[in-house]
Amino acid sequence: MTARRLDHVLLLVGFLALWQLLHWAVGPDVVASPAATIVRAGALLGTPAFWGHINATLTAFALASVISIVGGIALGLWLGLRRFAGDVADPILGTLYSIPKITLYPIILLMFGLGVSAKIAFGVIHGIFPIAIFAMNAVRNVAPVFRRTARVMRLSPLATAATVMAPAALPEILAGIRVGVALTLLGTLIGELFAATSGLGFVLIRAMDVHAVVDILAITLLLFCFAACVNASLRLVERWARHGG
Amino acid sequence: MAASGQISLRGVTKVFPGHDGHPDVHALGPVDLDIAAGEFFSVVGPSGCGKSTLLDILSGLSIATAGTATFDDKPLAGEVPDGIGAVFQQDASFFWLNVWDNVAFGLRRRGVGAPEVARRVDQALAFMGLTGFARAYPAQLSGGMRQRVCIARTLVLEPKVLLLDEPFGALDQQTRLLMGDELLRIWRETGATVVLITHALDEAAMLSDRVAVMSARPGRFIDIVTTGWPRTRDSRIVSDARFGAVTARLWEKLREESLRAMGVAAPHQDQRQE
Amino acid sequence: MTKVGAARTTFIVLVFAALELLCRLGVIPRVTMIPPSEMIASLWTILASGKFNSDIFFTLYNIVAAAILATVLGFFIGAGLHALPRLRRPLVPLMSAYYAVPTFVFYPLLIVAFGVGRTALIVMGAMFGIVAMIVNTTLGLDHVPPAVDRTAAILRLDRWRALVLVRLPAAAPHLVTGLKLAVAYSVIGIVAGEFILATAGIGKRIAFSYDNFDNRTMYGMLLLLLIGVMIVNGALSAWEKRLHRRFGQQ
Repeated sequence: MTARRLDHVLLLVGFLALWQLLHWAVGPDVVASPAATIVRAGALLGTPAFWGHINATLTAFALASVISIVGGIALGLWLGLRRFAGDVADPILGTLYSIPKITLYPIILLMFGLGVSAKIAFGVIHGIFPIAIFAMNAVRNVAPVFRRTARVMRLSPLATAATVMAPAALPEILAGIRVGVALTLLGTLIGELFAATSGLGFVLIRAMDVHAVVDILAITLLLFCFAACVNASLRLVERWARHGG
Repeated sequence: MAASGQISLRGVTKVFPGHDGHPDVHALGPVDLDIAAGEFFSVVGPSGCGKSTLLDILSGLSIATAGTATFDDKPLAGEVPDGIGAVFQQDASFFWLNVWDNVAFGLRRRGVGAPEVARRVDQALAFMGLTGFARAYPAQLSGGMRQRVCIARTLVLEPKVLLLDEPFGALDQQTRLLMGDELLRIWRETGATVVLITHALDEAAMLSDRVAVMSARPGRFIDIVTTGWPRTRDSRIVSDARFGAVTARLWEKLREESLRAMGVAAPHQDQRQE
Repeated sequence: MTKVGAARTTFIVLVFAALELLCRLGVIPRVTMIPPSEMIASLWTILASGKFNSDIFFTLYNIVAAAILATVLGFFIGAGLHALPRLRRPLVPLMSAYYAVPTFVFYPLLIVAFGVGRTALIVMGAMFGIVAMIVNTTLGLDHVPPAVDRTAAILRLDRWRALVLVRLPAAAPHLVTGLKLAVAYSVIGIVAGEFILATAGIGKRIAFSYDNFDNRTMYGMLLLLLIGVMIVNGALSAWEKRLHRRFGQQ
């Protein structure tokens, strides 16, 4: 086993040990034991009804991600390529990104009512801004020498954008997508907490209502593992786009 | 038929308009210049004197504010004409393509057919000693190798004029000297006109047919030195008796300009702000 | 004003004017949104009457406490991780995943541990913000030039003094970024907690108004929260930019 693998295993063992200690310290009403949590997670994964909720969440998450990515990149690229518009929009985007989206939840609920569209809206308002900001900066930060090279080669503006600017900006755009997708998942789940009748967020709020500690921890653990996998995959894609650069 | 790769400048001036309350920047000129086809021509000058601006105008990347610039008797009007190649100081190798695809890039954009592309790219890679690295990515190569990739990418398009803006600035001295020899070889074998911008006097003196000394901003030519070297030269020309004299003459003119650029010496008589 | 600033101001004014118009014309129904002018009027009433001052101060206290907790704890954990690269490496990818999960689902668990009251909320806010501070601390310490570390060693400073007197100031730009994020996330964690269950606070007031269809109060409080956050975030951003500029590119 490589040293790195070993470190991962040690980390996992250490984490489980801390968890167990915490459980002994504060009791099962606050923190369920790792064993109980993992068993419950396994049981839930064996329940068809639970998979129905997973589907609801994943569908909403996927849709919200697509909207965030397409919208965010389109906006970011446009603002990145047009210097003046980008300069005007930069602080506005930054402010919108830093606003706690929590302040917009009541407004979203009023606009979209309860249901799937509210969930997706929550997801989108979380994800679209970082993706747009990263995309805009990715284009603006493309080394000027690349654009000059394209001009000396007499490339048309379209060819320059497609064959030079786009691949040059791609790594940073992907970094933005990675951040944005994580936040989109968060937004979708929060939407489900407040505005849904299905989905993992909904299951969580029900568990919170009846104080089912094990359920809360089990579902959170599953969500965390899912998020970690998505994040790791996107990191790999980002590394590929850099080609070591 | 006009000579290929001939450049002329008449009264060329470049002023950058200031915005948001800053004053205009008079970067260059007026300059007059005739570069013969097939010549190896260098420009030296203090930092910020407008050397890079000059190169932008020569290539068509930038339009002169006043005066005319012509390439093979056709005026340059803000568009890069066919037949110009440029290598810049910063690394312009495309990190998302391997060496082979980098070199093939320009040809493919021109719609050249795949077999022709393959032939010319393989040839360019061999010429620049990059054949073994064809599948490598720029991130895996040293600075000197990456500049070679940029040069190969430019050469494969068979430019009539090769413009180089401090291309070896980021490299160590030994690599610079070897790259200088490579540049001479390229110049001889392609017959292109080479215009080299550099701050290194010895480099300019050793490589060029003529060296122009540019004044502090706004850049104007204060001297053009003809070296008279044979076409078959390489970096060992430094042992020629006249090399010292050439370099000394360049430094004599350049020293005062450098002090001017630093603000230590007085500005030129006709440039004093009233 | 610069051309860019003028264009930006015009854009923002136009957006608000459009919102105002759409609300007044009824295109946006009153049950969904009240006109911006009425939101401002409501905010003014709230501040002038002092009716909700106790809620406002409750939330403010919580945010400050949570931010301090997240920042200080986050700094020392971050510094610790930085000193233990073996521990840090596997944790790094997990920290991005942390923000995908709504950690305020732990709020009920905190209530059982600490009771219903501000402690649970403060811990909630700190939990939300601490990871951002940890990440930025490690990043900031990464960017401390090795020459600076060596200078501290030559001056024979012990580890703690080197950390606090030399490396902390050197990492300042990133630490302020971390502070800014810790504050922003603390706000989210605390207000979300107050939405779910609380005895007092801005979040509770907003949830209460929402449940009672009192749009005026709700939007007034939302505006208060929004403006408050924008002011604090703006100030911290300005500080952050100044530090980055003063310290130069590292």
